[in-house]
This record gives sequence, C-alpha cells and structure tokens, in this order.
Amino acid sequence: MSQHFNRRDTLKSIAALSALGASPFAFAQKPITVGVIYVGPRDDYGYNQAQAEAAAALKKLPGVKVVEEENVPETAAVQKTMTGMIAQDGATLVFPTSFGYFDPHMLAVAAKYPDVRFAHCGGMWTEGKHPKNTASYFGYIDECQYLNGVVAGHMSKSGKLGFVAAKPIPQVLRNINAFTMGARSVHPNLTTQVIFTGDWSMPVKEAEATNSLADQGVDVFTMHVDGPKVIVETAAKRGKMVCGYHASQAKLAPQAYLTGAEWNWLTAYTTFLDAARSGKPHPNFIRGGLKEGYVKMSPYGPAVSDAAKKQADGIKAQMVAGTFDIFKGPLKDNKGGVAIPAGKVYKQTDIELEKMNYLVEGVVGSAG
Amino acid sequence: MTADQLLALVAGILGGALRVGAPFLFVSLGECITEKAGRINLGLEGVLVLSAMCGFGGSYLTGSVWLGVLCAVLAGGALAALHGVLCSLPRVNDVATGIALMLLGTGLAFYLGKPLIQPQAPQLPPIELGNWSSSPAVKAALQINPLVPLGLLLAVALWWGFANTRAGLLVRMAGDSAQAARALGYSVPAIRIAATIAGGMVAGLGGACLTLFYPGSWNEGISSGQGLIAVALVIFARWSPLRCVGAALLFGGAGALGPALQAIGIGWGYHLFNIVPYVLTLLILVLSCKPGQLAAGAPGEFSAR
Repeated sequence: MSQHFNRRDTLKSIAALSALGASPFAFAQKPITVGVIYVGPRDDYGYNQAQAEAAAALKKLPGVKVVEEENVPETAAVQKTMTGMIAQDGATLVFPTSFGYFDPHMLAVAAKYPDVRFAHCGGMWTEGKHPKNTASYFGYIDECQYLNGVVAGHMSKSGKLGFVAAKPIPQVLRNINAFTMGARSVHPNLTTQVIFTGDWSMPVKEAEATNSLADQGVDVFTMHVDGPKVIVETAAKRGKMVCGYHASQAKLAPQAYLTGAEWNWLTAYTTFLDAARSGKPHPNFIRGGLKEGYVKMSPYGPAVSDAAKKQADGIKAQMVAGTFDIFKGPLKDNKGGVAIPAGKVYKQTDIELEKMNYLVEGVVGSAG
Repeated sequence: MTADQLLALVAGILGGALRVGAPFLFVSLGECITEKAGRINLGLEGVLVLSAMCGFGGSYLTGSVWLGVLCAVLAGGALAALHGVLCSLPRVNDVATGIALMLLGTGLAFYLGKPLIQPQAPQLPPIELGNWSSSPAVKAALQINPLVPLGLLLAVALWWGFANTRAGLLVRMAGDSAQAARALGYSVPAIRIAATIAGGMVAGLGGACLTLFYPGSWNEGISSGQGLIAVALVIFARWSPLRCVGAALLFGGAGALGPALQAIGIGWGYHLFNIVPYVLTLLILVLSCKPGQLAAGAPGEFSAR
C-alpha cells in the first residue's frame, strides 16, 4: 500500500518537474489550489474569521481554487486534513492557520510532500532547522494593541483597564504590555488587570473573567482569545467599553465598541500565492505591522473622544512611517525588575520580542 | 486587600455560583430523575449542547426568548427519548449508548448550529434582586437568571415527589427493583423511557441557560464539559434533588474562583484554581466509592450490573 503511494507520488513529482521545465511562460496563469485549515468556526468574530476573510478574498482571484476545513483540532487530525487537501484536491499551497498545527503536524506532512508549500500562522520558522517548503507568517498586532491602549487610556474614568487572555505565551504578553504602555502614555497611573482563562476558547470562563473585572471597577476591556464575542457582549451588558481583537466586533456592541486591533492576512496570503504561482522560492519568514498592511485598526466607535482620536492617529502615523518603537528602555517589569535597560531599543522585527516572558509595570497579574 | 475588593470578590464568587451553576443544576436534576429510574444517561452532555443550540436558534428565529426555552426543552426531550428507547432494546448497554448519544448530540449541534455563531438572539430578562445595594458588584451578582428560581422549585418538587407521589414512587421502584415493579404489573421500560425523557427536558433547560442567559451566545465551546461534570455531581449529591442544588452552586462557585481571584490581583496558580471543579469531582468520586459496596442512596438496580 505505502509503496504504491510512494510510486504515485514520485510519478506526480516527476510530472510536475517536467511541466516546470517545459512551459516556463505558463506559470503566471497556472491555476492553483490553496488549502486553508481553521481550528474553530470560520465566523467566530475572531481569529478564524480573520483568516477566513483573507481566504474569501483569495477565492475571488482568477485561477485560484480554495478548499477549506473548519474545526480541525491540533492533533493528528490536521495531518489527515492536510494530506487530503493535497492528495485529493490537489492543493499545492496550504495554510494551517492555528498555532499548534506547526510542530509536529505540519512538519510531518511537509516532509512527505516536498513539492507542496506550507505557510503557518505565528509559528517560529527557523532557518536551517525547518524545511524550505514551510514558512511562518505573522503580524505585529501589538502596534494596534498599543493604539487600543491609547484610546482606552483616554476613555477610562476609573483608571482600571481589563485584559482577558488565554495563556501567558510571548505573543499574548506582548499584546498585554503594548496595550498597557499605550494607556500609560496617556495617564501614567493607569493599571491593566489581566485574567488568564487557560485556553483559547472558554466562553464561560471568559464571561466570568469579564464580570469579575467589571466588579473590580474595570471600565475598558480588551482581550486575546480566539473568539472575543462573549467578552464584548458581556462587557457591553455591564455598561463597560471594549477594544476589539482579531476582527471587528463593532456589530455586536456598536455603542460600547471603541476601536480594535484587526488582522489583514490578505497581504501575507497574496505574498505566498504570488511566489507559488510564479515559481519563485517560498518566502519562509514574513512579518509586518501597520506599515506593511499586515494589521489594521477598526474604525472608531461613536463614544471615542476627539482627543483620543487625535493622539491615536498621531502615533499611528509615526508607526506607519517607521519612526515609533514600542519596546525601548528603560522599561520596568511589574515585579520591580528591569525588562529593558536604558538605551536599548527593540525594533518590531527583532526576534527577541517574540520571546517575551514578562509583564510591564502597570499590569496587575502574573506571567508565570 | 481593601473592603471594596473583598466585597467584590465575595460578590464575584457568589454571583458566579448562581451564573455558572445554573446549567449544572438542571443537568444534575435531569440525571437524577433518569438515574432514579435505574438508568444512566451519560449523553446529557450531548443533550446540553444540542438544547443550547436549539434554544438559541429558537429565540433567534422566532424573536421570542421563551419560545427559545421551549425549543431547548423539546430538543433535550427528543434526544433523551432516543436514549430511552435504544436502551430498552435487549442487550443494549446504557453507558455505551450514552457516550454515542453525547457524540451525536454535540455533532448535530455543531452541524446545525453553523449559521448561529454570528447572530445575537433575544436573551432572558434577569430578575434584579440587588437594587437595595449601592455596590455595582453586588447588583451584578444578584441579577438572577429567571430559570434559576424555577430550578429551585423543581428541586423541591422532585424531592417531595419522589417520596410522596405515585409517579415518584414508581420511578424509584423501577430503579430499585425492576422485578418488584414487574410483579406489580408495571412496565419497567415504559417508566424508564418516561423518566429519561423527563430528565432530558430538564437538562434542556440547562442548555437554555447557557445560550439565552449566561454567557448568552452560541458557539461550539459553550459547554466545556459541564454536562459531564453534572453527571458526576449526581453521585456527589447521593441522588437527592436538594443536594443537587448545593452541589451545583458549589461547582459554579468553584468555576468562578479562578477569574475572581485574578481580578483582585492574585495571579499565581490560576491553573490550580481553574481545575478546582475537576479536583472536586475526583475527590468526591474517591470519597464516595467503597469497593464492593453500593453508595448510600444509589438506586438498587445499579448494583445488579
């Protein structure tokens, strides 16, 4: 059985290679099948919706066929899904979008299909360690969380902000820190209270966290969980304000929604697609922020004051111009230690920031 | 910790017990009815998820939250009816069927619930019991789910009914000794099917609590295993509807503990606080199980297996 498959795969790759040699001018128009895999539902007002919006835009391009599967757990199940997309649907570019798909699942399938390109969201692709047909894409959404913080800092009356997060991993800590620093750039005495729910989708815990924070006087919320819907709705029910995350949740609570940090994955998707269709090498490690169009802000809600808009827009312009650094010394962590020494400046592209393991001064909570 | 913080912590945990505990209460009451008749329905997790979806869908499509609650009850009853009938066939094991039912219920709910993830549906109006207080935390904690008083009444009615009504005694007889019930000329399968359906309908109210009150929206992670914990709760409560109330509130409060402590700045060990409900479940199962001996209050038919 396995021999049979091997022979067929070999034949297929030989065929693909000969096609490559025979018709160098056909690439640009070559039809391509793209596979996109989601860990949750496509319309979750969150992480998966942000990816699905980019997939939907890909579908509209001529010559592009998109196959999708939702609710694929981060287990061997995703290997089956990837194999199915490649073997049955003929996908040659696959986006396994969830964090836990990377190791070992995507790596295992990528080793079996060296002529298929894989692009993983948020994973740490390392030169020399991971195969050339795999890649990682991510965005500097902490820039948007900083701007969320600026707006929240202007709008908060109690001086207490709330952050409902899933797990204390570097990407999450970076968002909490950026949000807090944005808020404290407005009022240096603001604090952010953080609650970790323990997992990416825990609706009851998320609602409970929102209520507990509201009980403690928090009046502006933001979050880093897969589906922010419950938090946005619960905060609005309690008469509090929210800054969104992943996608726009403005529709859920138009009055309470201030602004939000959104992904714009189409930029990354088309980079991979263009490379695949023109036969260029697979871009293995791509990143970008507001400047490169990887992330964007939700339009301001009706409650946001002019002063808040003015300051946030000003900082956003600096970010787009590449003249604003969020993480620079001197920066204290919330245990009184030094997070970044004076004089040290981290650019957004610095890989050191993707290893963040501390919470900055002003955050009430523990990273460990 | 200031007095305000402490008040908010207590309010958070008590309010959490009422908010988070409601689905536990209904599912454990439903399981209590089912098990009293001598049958185990592990499928109540599936019933909970399916009725949560149907309740939300009903409320969204009809615009009336009470019709949504009705949909949840009917969906719960229908899925439980399947369990009841299947288990009455010869050589069918109710534990295995229950697990199949759990998978069926959740799968069906995920499939049919796809278009319901985005919309917002009318919600149950809370009963405001906290207006005497000036603290917003207390006010929020005492916004009572209108189904909760119903659940409390139901618990008392079941407790009284199991001891004092013909129907209650029949259910218990079917659970304690099928032979005795047969000897008196009653159909044991009929009693058990009826009890299973009634149990499913009560558990359906728990589903309605999830999507129509708290957290109040439909998504695929909504139950996070609460239906299964509730089944274990019944053993903890020793098959007494009144003790089910206490157990449900205890577990609800335990679930609220992690977030409430983090909200006042106790951030260490939130993993530990988050697993309190599961540790409680394990502890209770260990304490309440004695090898070779039936737990006090357990329906007699369970020992026959």
